[in-house]
Amino acid sequence: MTLHRASPEALFKILGDPTRRAIFERLAREGELTVHALTRPSGVSQPAVSKHLAMLKAVGLVIDRRQGRETHYRAEPSALAPLVDWIGQMGAFWNERFDALEELLKRMDQ
Amino acid sequence: MSETHAETQTLVIERDMPHAPEKVWRALTQPALIAEWLMRNDLEPRVGRKFAFRADPVPNWNGVIDCEMLEVEPPARLAYTWSSMGLESVVTWTLTPTQAGTHVRMEQSGFRPDQKANYQGANYGWRNFLAKLEEVLASFD
Repeated sequence: MTLHRASPEALFKILGDPTRRAIFERLAREGELTVHALTRPSGVSQPAVSKHLAMLKAVGLVIDRRQGRETHYRAEPSALAPLVDWIGQMGAFWNERFDALEELLKRMDQ
Repeated sequence: MSETHAETQTLVIERDMPHAPEKVWRALTQPALIAEWLMRNDLEPRVGRKFAFRADPVPNWNGVIDCEMLEVEPPARLAYTWSSMGLESVVTWTLTPTQAGTHVRMEQSGFRPDQKANYQGANYGWRNFLAKLEEVLASFD
């Protein structure tokens, strides 16, 4: 469960970066990983990976867990829900507009 | 009469309307008529033309949708970009004549951040990511 819901705009922005998206996808696929494990094959520096993780964490897409000297990160895909909801809201918007379009077309007859 | 497919990357709304395609086309392309059912606008059905839809601003949204006309094929096909809140998509209208009038289809697709530099050349396609999104969500239910 995520405690807060990020806006669709924030989620699109955070996930619009291919490196961040790759990190998130890897965590979603492989489960919990440390910064070191995430850094190794990525070709991205560790500070950069840490920065991306902080941004993903800020919108609730990753959760961290401290264990000894290492922090473990995992994906929280349910934080993506606002994106799905957003598309649903667009559907409601267009259905209402379609109703208004049909009303207009009827008036154009008169 | 009405069908909505609210998938993660494409939104499709279709309706049969008892009006000729030419008439529906006018309602989709004349600013004064568009304003009656959609939003205030300065749309001009000319490829490459930039225009905007304007609604009353609400908290967190300035009410402006920036667009560029992509396709104009009267009275059958109209497509324009739809950019708002940092997200860009493409709205495509398809009008197909039927015995009773017109089958109207609206597709809004390609939702993505409008900062193009962010994803160009990326190994991970944004589109593919969205396609997988529902799958991922379902697996975590």
